[in-house]
Amino acid sequence: MNEPARQSTRADIEQLVAGSRRAEAIARLIELWTNAPTAAAANFITSCFASLQKSADPPPLKPFRLAILRSFTVEPIMPLLRAASLLSGIDLTVHLGEFNAYTQEILDDQSPLYGFTPDAAILAVQAEDLAPDLWTTFANLSAEEADEAVRRCSQHINNLISSFRRRTQASLIVHTMALPNQPTMGLLDAQSEGSQSSYIQQINKEIRRHAEQVAGVYLLDYDALVARHGRNVWRDKRKWLTARLPISAPNLVHQAREWHRFLPPLTGKMAKCAVVDLDNTLWGGIVGEDGLEGLKLGSEYPGAAFRDVQRALLDLSQRGIILAICSKNNDADVKEVFDKHPDMLLKAEHFAALRINWTPKSENLKAIAAELNIGIDSLAFIDDNPVERQQIRCALPEVMVVELPDNPQGYAEAIRDFAPFERLSLVSEDKQRARYYAAKRQARDLEHGAGSREDFYRSLEQRAIICSVTPLSLKRVAQLTNKTNQFNLTTRRYSEQQVEEMASKEGWEVCSIQVVDRFVDNGIVGVAIFHTQGSTCEIDTFLLSCRVIARTVETALLAHVVSQARRRGATQLRGWFLPTAKNAPAANFYQTHGFELLKQTEQGKLYGLDLASSDVQNPPWIETTETSS
Amino acid sequence: MSAFETVRTIAADLFQVAAAQLSESSSPETLQQWDSVQHLNLVTAIEEHFSLCFEPEEIDQMSDLGAIAQLIDAKQ
Repeated sequence: MNEPARQSTRADIEQLVAGSRRAEAIARLIELWTNAPTAAAANFITSCFASLQKSADPPPLKPFRLAILRSFTVEPIMPLLRAASLLSGIDLTVHLGEFNAYTQEILDDQSPLYGFTPDAAILAVQAEDLAPDLWTTFANLSAEEADEAVRRCSQHINNLISSFRRRTQASLIVHTMALPNQPTMGLLDAQSEGSQSSYIQQINKEIRRHAEQVAGVYLLDYDALVARHGRNVWRDKRKWLTARLPISAPNLVHQAREWHRFLPPLTGKMAKCAVVDLDNTLWGGIVGEDGLEGLKLGSEYPGAAFRDVQRALLDLSQRGIILAICSKNNDADVKEVFDKHPDMLLKAEHFAALRINWTPKSENLKAIAAELNIGIDSLAFIDDNPVERQQIRCALPEVMVVELPDNPQGYAEAIRDFAPFERLSLVSEDKQRARYYAAKRQARDLEHGAGSREDFYRSLEQRAIICSVTPLSLKRVAQLTNKTNQFNLTTRRYSEQQVEEMASKEGWEVCSIQVVDRFVDNGIVGVAIFHTQGSTCEIDTFLLSCRVIARTVETALLAHVVSQARRRGATQLRGWFLPTAKNAPAANFYQTHGFELLKQTEQGKLYGLDLASSDVQNPPWIETTETSS
Repeated sequence: MSAFETVRTIAADLFQVAAAQLSESSSPETLQQWDSVQHLNLVTAIEEHFSLCFEPEEIDQMSDLGAIAQLIDAKQ
């Protein structure tokens, strides 16, 4: 964008902000940031958000507390990180650790780090600071000395990881070490197994091995980040020597973006479903005009760009992201492409919902969210047409919109780069999700065929396995507490560490429910957390994935809680319903299972069941197996 | 737009003041927000915007916004 255009854009945006036209202003800011992600734009974005937040209709922002512990100067990165976060709906509060004081901060219980109570911390240490001997004077070291240096450095970081975890449940992101631009031995470095690079890689390996065993610790592949943007241009020697800033000005934004990529998965602002357009997005050309043969799709230019898009979407579905189509098209034309085009990597069965019609896309997106039983704010919209993107941003500001470049060659990269598609851990349920949803579509069809509700439940041939949380199911249980919005009575979010702690507390029980039906093994789809003290058992958390809502699985899980409460000597079972914007499907749950309303407060309703006079039975059409501690 | 006007816009966003409040003689002495950290932020923002890289000696000469604009003009 040239200078006058930039100025008029800013003036336009300032006017939208002043007029409290929030959705339009944010849409324009995203456009500005995509075209020129600079420090100047970042500061402008931050000041626009400051004004919007003072307006009558402030943007909904999720607060997040981030600590940055570092061995180098990061201050110029912070405005860029703050702007990127605001644009994805996250309001950062940052604690910057003192320069090079990361060890003391982590080891000292009384340090400002713990006083800050972070949600997450980043540990950014460079190889040259951690291992100056391996970095600068490697040529002088014997193999034994180099091994010793690797041991010392990896142990230092690993001790910091463990100490951090003992003191806080916050997530931790650890930078790995970058390789040197110029190995001290020159060409010789590549000739031997005991090269300088291999020793530094060994440190990274040791850190990774340790981090994998500590819940909530994630690695940032700093070497890959530096390499991606070019080792020689990444570094700025002058700023390193004068201000301890190792990263050159044009690359600061890349560091900010890499940090930002961790935030959507850590804050739960993730895209669960990618809704894609067809013409000129999934394939080149317009099927209604160019016909099947005229489409650009395949292994050659220009069709290869669209095959790359399909490959990227397939990879997303392997991460557990559901795919859906929203396209202004004729159904029959589209069907023909899916059935007959030899180069389609994506098949109709990869998509969980289809809206191929001429209805406005905002209406279709709402219908897709309803059909899939997910919130509209967990949809990501992928469309080559900037007008459609802008309309969605204004009509449905909750929907995440993937900004695509003008040239289709860049589409796949933009999709892979979109932070709300990032995941920090993957359980087997995620990988299978596309199949679950396809199966669910079949089950829906079956429901239409079945005579009564009971016949339908019977025809599903459901089996439920309820058991106490185990080290294997811990990750999934914590994930469900963070991701489940609809059938969730209390919407309490817990980290793996917190779930572990509750499970080990006296009188507490954390159990999960796995459901298998005649179509598919749904995996672990529900969680109940409850605790008994004296004659009262209280349900802390009760949730069910939307995948199995309305099949009486919830009754089976509640029946388990009732029997456990009795076993532990309780005479009354209690539970809160805490309403949120999304959990209306769970509002009548306790009432329909015979609970009485005990108390109503501003936060919600407390229900109770007298265990002496009432009972909850396992539904006869579900075969339930219980294993409990 | 002249180098000075661009520098002024970048500085105004950074220091969160109106551009009209800034002049060529605006400096760390006249602006409370302009501390050593913000100085570094200002330098990197300008380097990024103009696609150039200052020598440490040049950064030392950046006593006010006017001096910064002159350095940019000299380098372009």
